[in-house]
Amino acid sequence: MSWEAVIGLETHVELSTRSKMFCGCPARFDAPPNTNVCPVCLGLPGALPVPNREAINRIIRIGLALNCSVTGRSVFHRKNYFYADLPKNYQISQFDLPVCVDGYLDVGGDHPGRVGIERVHQEEDTGKSTHMGGDGRISAAEYSLLDFNRSGVPLVEIVTRPDIRSAAQARAYAQELRLLVEALGVSDARLEEGSIRFDANVSVRPGPEAPLGTKVEIKNMNSFRSLERAVAFEIGRQTACLDGGERIVMETRHWDEEAGVTRGGRTKEGSSDYRYFPDPDLVPLELDQDWKDEMAALLPELPARRRSRYEGMGIDPAQAATLAGADVHLRGLFEGAVEAGARPQQAGNWVSGEVVAALRSSGRESLADSPLSGPNLARLLAMVEDSTLSGLAAREVLAGVLAGEGTPEEVASARDLLQISDAGVLEAAVEEVTADHTEEFARLCSGEQKLIGFFVGQVMRRTRGKADPKLAGRLIRERAGL
Amino acid sequence: MPIDIDIAHVARLARLRLSEEDLEAYGRQCRDLLEHVARIQALDTEGVAPTSHPFPMTNRFREDLVTPDSVLDRGEVLAQAPSTEREFFRVPPALEDD
Amino acid sequence: MAPFTVMGAARALRGGAVTSVQLAEQVLKRASMVEAQVHAYLTLDSDGLLQAAAEADEALASGGGRGPLHGIPIALKDNMATRGMETTAGSKILAGYHPPYDATAVVRLRRAGALVTGKTNLDEFAMGSSTENSAFGPTRNPWNTDRVPGGSSGGSAAAVAAGTAFGALGSDTGGSIRQPASLCGLVGAKPTYGAVSRYGLIAFASSLDQIGPLTHTVEDAAVLLDAVNGPDPLDATSYPGDLPRSDGRLGRGLEGMRVGVVSDLGGLEAVEPDVDASFRKMVAAMEREGARIVDASLPAAPHALSAYYLIAPAECSANLARFDGVRYGLRVDGATTEEMMSRSRAEGFGPEVVRRVLMGTFALSAGYHEAFYGQAQKVRTLIRRDFARAYEGCDVLVSPTSPTTAFPLGDRTEDPMSMYVSDVFTIPSNLAGHPAVSVPIGLDRRELPIGFQVMAPALGEPVMFQAAEAVEALAGFDTRAPYDPGFGLRGGVR
Ligand SMILES: [Mg+2]
Ligand SMILES: [Zn+2]
Repeated sequence: MSWEAVIGLETHVELSTRSKMFCGCPARFDAPPNTNVCPVCLGLPGALPVPNREAINRIIRIGLALNCSVTGRSVFHRKNYFYADLPKNYQISQFDLPVCVDGYLDVGGDHPGRVGIERVHQEEDTGKSTHMGGDGRISAAEYSLLDFNRSGVPLVEIVTRPDIRSAAQARAYAQELRLLVEALGVSDARLEEGSIRFDANVSVRPGPEAPLGTKVEIKNMNSFRSLERAVAFEIGRQTACLDGGERIVMETRHWDEEAGVTRGGRTKEGSSDYRYFPDPDLVPLELDQDWKDEMAALLPELPARRRSRYEGMGIDPAQAATLAGADVHLRGLFEGAVEAGARPQQAGNWVSGEVVAALRSSGRESLADSPLSGPNLARLLAMVEDSTLSGLAAREVLAGVLAGEGTPEEVASARDLLQISDAGVLEAAVEEVTADHTEEFARLCSGEQKLIGFFVGQVMRRTRGKADPKLAGRLIRERAGL
Repeated sequence: MPIDIDIAHVARLARLRLSEEDLEAYGRQCRDLLEHVARIQALDTEGVAPTSHPFPMTNRFREDLVTPDSVLDRGEVLAQAPSTEREFFRVPPALEDD
Repeated sequence: MAPFTVMGAARALRGGAVTSVQLAEQVLKRASMVEAQVHAYLTLDSDGLLQAAAEADEALASGGGRGPLHGIPIALKDNMATRGMETTAGSKILAGYHPPYDATAVVRLRRAGALVTGKTNLDEFAMGSSTENSAFGPTRNPWNTDRVPGGSSGGSAAAVAAGTAFGALGSDTGGSIRQPASLCGLVGAKPTYGAVSRYGLIAFASSLDQIGPLTHTVEDAAVLLDAVNGPDPLDATSYPGDLPRSDGRLGRGLEGMRVGVVSDLGGLEAVEPDVDASFRKMVAAMEREGARIVDASLPAAPHALSAYYLIAPAECSANLARFDGVRYGLRVDGATTEEMMSRSRAEGFGPEVVRRVLMGTFALSAGYHEAFYGQAQKVRTLIRRDFARAYEGCDVLVSPTSPTTAFPLGDRTEDPMSMYVSDVFTIPSNLAGHPAVSVPIGLDRRELPIGFQVMAPALGEPVMFQAAEAVEALAGFDTRAPYDPGFGLRGGVR
């Protein structure tokens, strides 16, 4: 039988506010263990939470960017469950009145589609458990060590409708969401550091009209690749189960990256009775139109819009997607170069190709505070266009500009890289190389056209790359009488 | 409404490890009390909004500022803990689905 | 004669008649005489008190530090966090816990100049009406040590009644300040919800808990309350606006005041005849003083007790989840985190706490949430509406504070419901978030104090204390009785 996969994703995004969700501790957990803690985020007796306004602002912006409606009234609930790294043994979260509901995110690329967003709600993070002994696996650990620096860091949870139909589409959604969150500037949005975490709900059914199958929740995927692999594995596991006449058990499974499989845990009865109720320590949120308008005005250009704007400049879709997903400095460089007159496609190719490569070899992290400006890049590209610089020389000039040696013109002349376009000078060079390679020249003269490349190369060598290759080619051809 | 308490399940949810005898006694007491307080179900509350807070307040916030004075000294915090290791709190291993 | 009220002591101190050290010594001397019998304190900080008193005297001598409570020894219920001073909430699970921070009320009390005598006994996590639920043994009523002081702020009440503090702070979730004040012959006030910050108050039921004063006089209560109340950025439920001065209407008498007598408050248990008679006598006296007595009705109030015994356990089941043996307090080891937590909690909590945590966990659990917790929150709305309607016709409402006077130790410990009905008259104000105060008006035939409750609408503290002060004057009741050697009470502390 052929099965249709039905997938929903729950995404936890850690907000990069200065302070935590409900207390004045720094929202940084890379500090030495248990140093960014206070009575509130340690759950000491008597401590009370006071919500961070900026965290709510950011949740609203995420919701708006996901085309959600912002609810008028929103309530903080307590979600009750015991866990050693959850200091109060309840998490302040939201239940029936989240900040945002009913949105969508369009996913493009090879798996286009519209993924419905059910809700966007506030949460707080837990502390961090390190499982000791038993090679670090939770199931075999001898004991655990707790660090509460992360406890209370603001989280937003984004829950999709079960609209995703393949592992690849799940990945595409996740990547698009990360771009969006990054564009909003609300989170560090780094998967490897856990500032974005995905859980997937996966079920399969015989066809689009069939009722939803039993769903399984998968956790512990910390890259886009592992998300895609885990979902694909789980779809395969479930269809094999069903084909073999077995039934799917509702459970939470953990992705084992090394083994490439999902594993079920010991499922404890009744552990999902969270006994939600409104947190009596907190009062409701009233999200009026002024507040929503204020947040809407702060929304930057979002990735999907930016992509179509770039395509509108005449850039091919793949390049537009790459550029739109590039960091803010690379994008600024690109847009600055175009503004200064560079051809968009050429500027795009250079920014995502040569500039990224040059950055990498220069050892720089990003273009922040770099001397390479949009106008600089535009001038460099113009010099390539009018043959003042060869492609090779232009890359060297780029490195020089990045290293702070001056404008492209200054670097090119200081490094003696300006192209030789003077026919008289090149004529002499052509004469010399043909004299050095009489045999090849004779074959060229007899019509062996492919040797032109060889002679152009020789001229380039002799001029240390400065010759205008087009002009050199023309002169060689003339000399050979072709 | 009939009140059917699985007191062992409730005790597990509340992380209270009680003896069989105690469970039985608490179950009986809770049932008695709940039968008494269940009388409120007879009240007509059709269309009545719940009060979760005596003052109808909304939007109480703090600004996004770090308050270094409220951050605690680690030594003082760990001194209260029943078990620590280096700069961490220490606990027995968790079950996976805890 | 030594001063015994907060304001009496403050005036004597400012007038140079006594020093703060003498006040502290007076308190400590009384404690050495009566604590073995009364057991009001879990921690009596003699050294800290004497040292702070000496500093207060120095400050006064050099012209500094003249807060309204400057140099006055005040006791704190042991459910308020005090930095470096053991804070147990009367529970074994917190024995030995030294908080790294101070509750806001404690900070403000100290800022007003008060000296902390120590931490007073209470029913474990403030759950009870007799202070017999303390893990550290009961407190006894200074008026008759065979009897309970009420609860849960029984230690604070007993300390003030026994003269081992000039005033005290307690907390009131369903009557835990007013009922012990009533049973110990004191003034005890529960302010408007949100008037006093709850930051640092170990939560029992967050939407009901309020800190308030226990004192000998109405004036003392108003002054003590004003020293600690006001908005707190650390408590999102604290009232954000300016509060009226609690003593703003003192001395204005009863002329023209409309006083509502509630006919149907509670109604679950017969009020003791002496309590009823005293109450009626006082209402008649108020009328003679110019008050207009009107009938008032709170039709939903008979359901208040039920709503309370759903809401308070539900909230406490979550509030007490943090006591898990991980970061502080008692730990009983186990092979897994779950086992360690479950053992620590079963071992650390007393029976009343276990009962309420189980009740609350059940009331919130899947399938029962709406019928219990949801319905109770709606009943709360009905009670608020009833109050609003009643206050259209009157300025204050009055009732007995407690259906009975102090009962013998052990009398009600076997039957939780018999204990719970102690609070039928006090609970409605907690559910509504309104202020209420108990004032002593006399003794019953066993020479046990009787309390009279004055309730007011939200932020109505000024009119509430105005009425309470008039009642106090009409009663002419000597609250010093249990420790005045000349008073000659049978069974009282001497
Ligand atoms: Mg979540
Ligand atoms: Zn904190």
